[in-house]
Amino acid sequence: MSNIPVELKYAKTHEWARGNDDGSVTVGISDNAQDQLGDMVFIELPEVGQTVAVNEACAVVESVKAASDVYAPVGGEILEVNEALTDSPETVNQDAYGEGWLFRLQPADPAEMEALMGGEAYELFLASEAH
Amino acid sequence: MSNKTPLYEEHLADGGKLVDFAGWEMPIHYGSQIEEHNNVRQDAGMFDVSHMTVVDLNGARTREFLRYLLANNVDRLKDSGKALYSCMLNEDGGVIDDLIVYFLRDDYFRMVVNAGTRDKDLAWLNKQAAAFEVTVSERPELAMIAIQGPNAREKTLPLLSAAARTAASELPPFFGVFDGDWFIARTGYTGEDGFEIVLPATDAVGFWRQLRAAGVRPTGLGARDTLRLEAGMNLYGSDMDESISPLEAALGWTVAWEPAERNFIGRTALEKQRQQGGSQKLVGLILEGKGVLRNHQKVITAGDGEGEITSGSFSPTLQRAIAFARVPRATGDHCQVEVRGKLLPARVVKPPFVRNGEAQIEL
Repeated sequence: MSNIPVELKYAKTHEWARGNDDGSVTVGISDNAQDQLGDMVFIELPEVGQTVAVNEACAVVESVKAASDVYAPVGGEILEVNEALTDSPETVNQDAYGEGWLFRLQPADPAEMEALMGGEAYELFLASEAH
Repeated sequence: MSNKTPLYEEHLADGGKLVDFAGWEMPIHYGSQIEEHNNVRQDAGMFDVSHMTVVDLNGARTREFLRYLLANNVDRLKDSGKALYSCMLNEDGGVIDDLIVYFLRDDYFRMVVNAGTRDKDLAWLNKQAAAFEVTVSERPELAMIAIQGPNAREKTLPLLSAAARTAASELPPFFGVFDGDWFIARTGYTGEDGFEIVLPATDAVGFWRQLRAAGVRPTGLGARDTLRLEAGMNLYGSDMDESISPLEAALGWTVAWEPAERNFIGRTALEKQRQQGGSQKLVGLILEGKGVLRNHQKVITAGDGEGEITSGSFSPTLQRAIAFARVPRATGDHCQVEVRGKLLPARVVKPPFVRNGEAQIEL
């Protein structure tokens, strides 16, 4: 069974988004996504200062099995990227919602956050995808 | 319809993630492909390879048949139990399959061929065998377990019958020996020492559990692929197929040209290619920086044109992306690979990348 924290928001492309107190949003990939991809071996992150649109491919996670685009669940300016993943991509497997975060951005349109799924909706979405 | 090996339930119990492989439901990994890979390099892992096809060849003219059928020469097999790796070619010199053949008696050889090519292999074998009055018998009632790694033999030997233990412990590399209806061979597809054991399907679950209890870790086909790639071993369907000759697949060493009077299927086409000097070759690549090489990525060589990666992955041992690539014959020491829209520099090297746990390539 996948680990799906209920306080996070989720995209259909399996990214999670966490609204921070300062208004920024932290983004990663879901536990289900890391499990499907398998052992991570390379992570390509966006540039700090880069502006990304919602649903724009802006990072790549590569496992032994395959490369997979990461899409911005909300649009905005990239404030910070998780540099530690360059040397330890396996952190995404070990702690997808914590130390395995990918980037943090300043959302341009807060409504985009509301359009994402909640934890329960994402769980149902995963169940429907499995069939 | 998907085929299941006798170990299917064991894979589920071991937490295996099952995928379709050549029509078989096989474990790709049991949690972490990289951990399984490293465990084979450092200790001992086991693979269910029961999907592979075991074929017994019987008849007084079996050796003569194989001398004609295979690009390698079975006359290199003089001692009973000795194995030979060979390509089986079509008339154009293309590879129908690569296989291992064991010489057992003059009227009995055993062959192990790939699962993905089973149907066409059996059809070809039967077609060619008729003239030699050789009987071709598939052995679907047999399972096959590979135990590989520096500690593989030590962990396996105590589980064999007393008689087999002695015989198996004295087995030289690339030899096999029968123990009743079990066949124990010191072969593999990982670049490590170990055994490949062909046994009755009804014995497979019990033996698998004994191996697991002895500390041999179940290892999936994902690790099998990265292990063979590091070991410099080709994969049929990726690195060669019926449109590629062994000379274009870095398998020239498996073609026995001598004696010149031995006629084997594909020889004429192959000799022509050898004289003309083929236009392409298969080489090893190691990516200089970060990134991952994948099958079918484009390879660009200075002035010589383009090539393609036939097998690419991440090497857990070297912590770098490695690959085999088919490139123009004049390709030198360096090239570029198009990885997700970017050209990344790579070095051209001679596989193997890793043997017996040791890197063979300077980084």
